[in-house]
Amino acid sequence: MTETSTPRRRFPISFQLEPRLTDTSRWLSPALSLGAVVVALLIGGVILALVGSDPWKTYVHIAKASFGDIGVFSDTLVKATPLILVGLACSVAFSMRLWNIGAEGQFYIGAFTASTVVLVPLLPDDSPGWLFLITMIAASLIGGALWGFIPGFLKARFKVNEVISTLMMNYIAVAWNNYFIFAVWSEGGFQMSKVFPKNAWLLRLSDFSNQVPAFRGLTTHFGLILALVATVVVWLILYRSKWGYEIRLIGDNPEAARYAGIPIARHTILVMMLSGALAGLAGMSEISGVVHRLQGAISPGYGFTGIIVAWLAKLNPFGVVLVSVLFGALILAGREIQPSGVPKLIQGIILVCLISSDFLMRYRIRIVRRAEEM
Amino acid sequence: MNPAGELEDIKAVSMHGIVKRFPGVLANDHVNFELCHGSIHALLGENGAGKSTLMNILAGLYQPDTGVILINGKPFTFHSPRQAIEAGIGMVHQHFMLVPSHTVTENILLGLDKPRFRMHLKEYDHKIAELGEQFNLQVDPRARVWQLSVGEQQRVELLKMLYRGANVLIMDEPTAVLAPKEVEDLFRTLRTMVAAGKSIIFISHKLHEVMSIADQVTVLRRGKVTAADIDPSTVDRAQLARLMVGRDVLFTLEKSPQKPGDVVLSVKGLEAENDKGLPALRGATLEVHSGEIVGLAGVAGNGQRELADVITGLRRAKSGHVLVQGEELTNKSPCMGIKMGVSHIPEDRTHVGTAPNLSVTDNVIMKTYNLPPIGRGWMLNSIAAERYAVKLKDAYEILAPSINTPVRLLSGGNLQRLILAREISSAPMLMIAMQPTRGLDVGAIEGVLRLLLAQREAGAAILLVSEELEELLSLSDRIYIIYDGQIMGEVLDGDIEKIGMMMTGTRLELIQQQETLSTGA
Repeated sequence: MTETSTPRRRFPISFQLEPRLTDTSRWLSPALSLGAVVVALLIGGVILALVGSDPWKTYVHIAKASFGDIGVFSDTLVKATPLILVGLACSVAFSMRLWNIGAEGQFYIGAFTASTVVLVPLLPDDSPGWLFLITMIAASLIGGALWGFIPGFLKARFKVNEVISTLMMNYIAVAWNNYFIFAVWSEGGFQMSKVFPKNAWLLRLSDFSNQVPAFRGLTTHFGLILALVATVVVWLILYRSKWGYEIRLIGDNPEAARYAGIPIARHTILVMMLSGALAGLAGMSEISGVVHRLQGAISPGYGFTGIIVAWLAKLNPFGVVLVSVLFGALILAGREIQPSGVPKLIQGIILVCLISSDFLMRYRIRIVRRAEEM
Repeated sequence: MNPAGELEDIKAVSMHGIVKRFPGVLANDHVNFELCHGSIHALLGENGAGKSTLMNILAGLYQPDTGVILINGKPFTFHSPRQAIEAGIGMVHQHFMLVPSHTVTENILLGLDKPRFRMHLKEYDHKIAELGEQFNLQVDPRARVWQLSVGEQQRVELLKMLYRGANVLIMDEPTAVLAPKEVEDLFRTLRTMVAAGKSIIFISHKLHEVMSIADQVTVLRRGKVTAADIDPSTVDRAQLARLMVGRDVLFTLEKSPQKPGDVVLSVKGLEAENDKGLPALRGATLEVHSGEIVGLAGVAGNGQRELADVITGLRRAKSGHVLVQGEELTNKSPCMGIKMGVSHIPEDRTHVGTAPNLSVTDNVIMKTYNLPPIGRGWMLNSIAAERYAVKLKDAYEILAPSINTPVRLLSGGNLQRLILAREISSAPMLMIAMQPTRGLDVGAIEGVLRLLLAQREAGAAILLVSEELEELLSLSDRIYIIYDGQIMGEVLDGDIEKIGMMMTGTRLELIQQQETLSTGA
């Protein structure tokens, strides 16, 4: 408590934190996120300057490495594609407060089931491209959905905590995959399958370089289209469909959802299946569009990065696209800059600033002039 | 200088020119408030009048935009509740802030500097028991909070404040959660505390309680003080109500005689358990016809909640039947009832009836999203939903900045209006209304009761569960009384004595037998 007539001179203004009691404008959240990124860049710049490098030059170089020309931008998009899909997978599940930590495993299983089309083989090697496309997409959706169904069912029927079940199933998926690439489908003793037939590759922009010379060397593939279509579909589901309304209601207050007659167990299973399917699709997109074979290292932790992407995008599908591109850029720049720790440093600082800025959504800073009473 | 004389002039609390603005509303408009030492001062007003805001400012939860607070004549600014408590101001909120799994002592010691590291709880148990004896707030310090009744939990909240040395106690709607007997106990406690030198501010909208307990009354309306420091013995309820609401309030409503139609709800021999696994319903049987309001009277905790839950499908019945328009609804999911036109106003409106972070629109369509025009096939027509939300917002006067505001920012009264709007506007065939006016101020209560009567005239069957006997008497065509999970009897003539006896466990047949015996002799 403060009392007047204290002879000590105090700093005339002080900052007090007050919880926000009213609704905030729609622009506050993206403005805060942008502000956080700017602050992060400033902090990173200071650190860079302290170690003797030129922050402005570094940033320009990083930006160029990811967005500088059409080629690197295309590479950024390639990195962003699986992030978008996994980010969507996590957004859908998180909207219902289903903590799907198993996107990584669902990714692997989706890659696996898509590979079965080529490697069993379910279709002859010379089947037309569109047939491969449809079956591989379907296979990955089914595989991912199955991997999501299991923890979903366990939660709905036996109240098994999905954080643990989805997390554990990641290990099972990777091990399952490893069995096949080490043994059954191993190509020449290496830990990878044979290269997929050309028709099973996802189209790339560079495939059209004959018609459009500018597309030469661009690796952006059809998976991006799949990701963008999925974005729109997920947005329609969550915000314009009855199912999405029910999902969001359950996520916000399961008691109210029960009172409104919504079957929570059924939705638990369905949403986990949808989430798994999207992550599975990401798996298919990576092996068909980038590496063209099934191998061990198809994911540098996309499943877990997807969780952060979904969270930072505040579970909004279009936000997921933006954040994925940003993260894709940072992953790419990590290869270009020496020391390679610098973009990781910036990525980390951005993350910390973004997470901290969320606090300003719930509290505001009030400038109080002391010695004002009476 | 005469210290005693000076002390009499200095008020315990003095607030001058308090202004507090929230976006879109001026909650306190140059409000002055004074609390004398050793008195109980009631703060009366409708929901949204600004009384909670004013007291939250005093308790350190908000800061006023302008204005001055004097405690015992010295100016203070509180930036947090801790500073307020250090100055001797303690607030007991309507929704208790206790940790259910901890003991009473642990809750009281929460947040204090002592005990520092090692907790010698036995010593503190002793101290707290003594404090309880001193102020007539007996409670077992070793009991865990979840085991205590609501009245006992309130005592813990009071002890919390007294232990911290509060001299001024602010009580926010303390009787809203208490049974009639517990209210008497509370009033006795308040008088003991005042005799021991404490001063009390009592926020309420219940006129009869204010008139019985308060030494002084201040009335707020729409942020302004309409009457200050009134002595309640000099006014009557109608005057106070007029000061609160700004117009004459009807305490009894016109009820048109209505011929009830067919049976809509039939409950036979229902048995069910409560949340603790103990039997709560032991064979309840009742009937509600269309076009009538049937009241269910009884002290809280005799099975009303479980009965409403079973009828609406939120709780399993161990045996018995629930029939709505002849169809068996026992143990079916709530959506079946909703489809048939059963609407339910829940007792716990925030936790069960709304989704706090979703918008007004999203909450309003909770029962109708499945039907056209809002829901067609798989899609949700957001334009139709918004139009519906705007219509209800205007028709039921729900005060909110916009239909996109998350409902956790709405006041309790507006939340209730939202739920009512949602449940009534679907033109239900059967309505189960649990405490529909709880927590509402006089003006809003009148509005709710009018709406219920209008539904009755439109032919709806209404089961009204309420603890306010007056409300039941004025609205109901018939009243059942529930006690210990069974229906004790039915009253058609509003005989309060009979009702009172049934509420304490005497069956109607027994009462009638005694009557014939006494008239015979």
